[in-house]
Amino acid sequence: MRCIVLTLLSTLTVVVLLFGYRTSTAGSLSASSDAATISGGTSSTDPGVSSDSSGAPPSNDSTDVPSAEPSESTGSDTGSDTGSDTGSDTGSGSSVSGTFTGEATMTRYGYVQVEITVESGEITEVSVPQYPAGDHHDVEINSYALPILIQETVDAQSADIDMVSGATVTSQGYIGSLQSAIDEANL
Amino acid sequence: MTTTPAPQHSHQPFSQPAPVTPAGPPTWRASEQVMGMPISLALRGREAGTEAGHQAWREAVHELRWADQVFSTWKADSWISRLDRREVTLAECPAEVADVLDLGERARVSTGGRFDVQRFGRLDPTGVVKGWAVERAVRPLLELADTDLCLSAGGDMVCRVRDPQRPGWRIGIEDPADPSRVKVVLTLRDGALATSGLSRRGAHLVDPRTGAVPASLGSVTVVAESLTWADIDATAGFVADAAAPAWLTERDRRGVVIWRDGTVEPYGC
Repeated sequence: MRCIVLTLLSTLTVVVLLFGYRTSTAGSLSASSDAATISGGTSSTDPGVSSDSSGAPPSNDSTDVPSAEPSESTGSDTGSDTGSDTGSDTGSGSSVSGTFTGEATMTRYGYVQVEITVESGEITEVSVPQYPAGDHHDVEINSYALPILIQETVDAQSADIDMVSGATVTSQGYIGSLQSAIDEANL
Repeated sequence: MTTTPAPQHSHQPFSQPAPVTPAGPPTWRASEQVMGMPISLALRGREAGTEAGHQAWREAVHELRWADQVFSTWKADSWISRLDRREVTLAECPAEVADVLDLGERARVSTGGRFDVQRFGRLDPTGVVKGWAVERAVRPLLELADTDLCLSAGGDMVCRVRDPQRPGWRIGIEDPADPSRVKVVLTLRDGALATSGLSRRGAHLVDPRTGAVPASLGSVTVVAESLTWADIDATAGFVADAAAPAWLTERDRRGVVIWRDGTVEPYGC
């Protein structure tokens, strides 16, 4: 498999995490593609309705906990969902908060697990507590892992970013840029 | 519907407790203006903020200034400007000039002409020099033991994380419609990332074959092992416009495009 796609649906945010591995090693990969979809924290406006529209409602009822304690939501699905669709039910500001830990997913190189922190419906942090690691080969492959987090436009501060990339920034354009703010704040 | 795939390896038990989310050590930062663009460095780990870290940063900046002296098309006395005016021969230039021109030619061929250092009849290897120069400049920083780094030149960067326990670098991709905001965040542990898009000053990227300005793309971000090629392919991908995701995927790249309408599309995975 080449990718794990993890999607978090909340009323305001869609996250897609892609773990890409070098394709030179992917030739022998079997088609046991296991894209995992994590759906968590639907808004309280539709209590009892398990995350809709996916066609495969997670069996784990913890996904339906609205705006409650941090809950672990699992629910894997082979449908690799791109993140372009925003939450099916937008609406009043979501109060979904908490830390959601995805199921550890087996890859060719070991288990990968993703954890996100959501505050008031906005993803404030994504971490990968479990990377494939262990023998040298794993570490080498791991170095090409690329999680991509797609989130609705966020302020740089809340995104907690280390560097900024965009259309080439010139020295004139640097003053007042996001990158200059990060450099100065020494975050 | 939990479809846990059958484990293919047994050395990593499923029940292994996940380690606590790595918080990462403090980051030391530095920035300089070189080659008409901001160079930003972030270091984490053993040599962040140490004299060895400072020294490696000075060497990196020195390397970039040297590349600017040789390759700047804005400096009349640079080797590349003198070569363009035929005041010197290629053989008289530093050997790196031939290397870069060769790289530019390979980029042109490899991208089917979407990338060309011979724009408007003038020699302009600017598009390949940046990535090439940053890859050279990062070397002294890579020698710092147990030290993570992220070196960005105007938004194109090389990243490295040395300790598997430390988190990847979080790279915010600007919203092309509003550069004061971040549209996408990518986490990069080891590799290079470049973004190409419409400049704030207006269109500066045109298809060298047709002169057309890309109409449907806002920006293209490419992740690759080498910054030289991430940079080249981001530029060529942006010129490819609507065909960019397919074209880049075919080239074994991965990353994300942001369409002019604000839609975000990951590709290559």
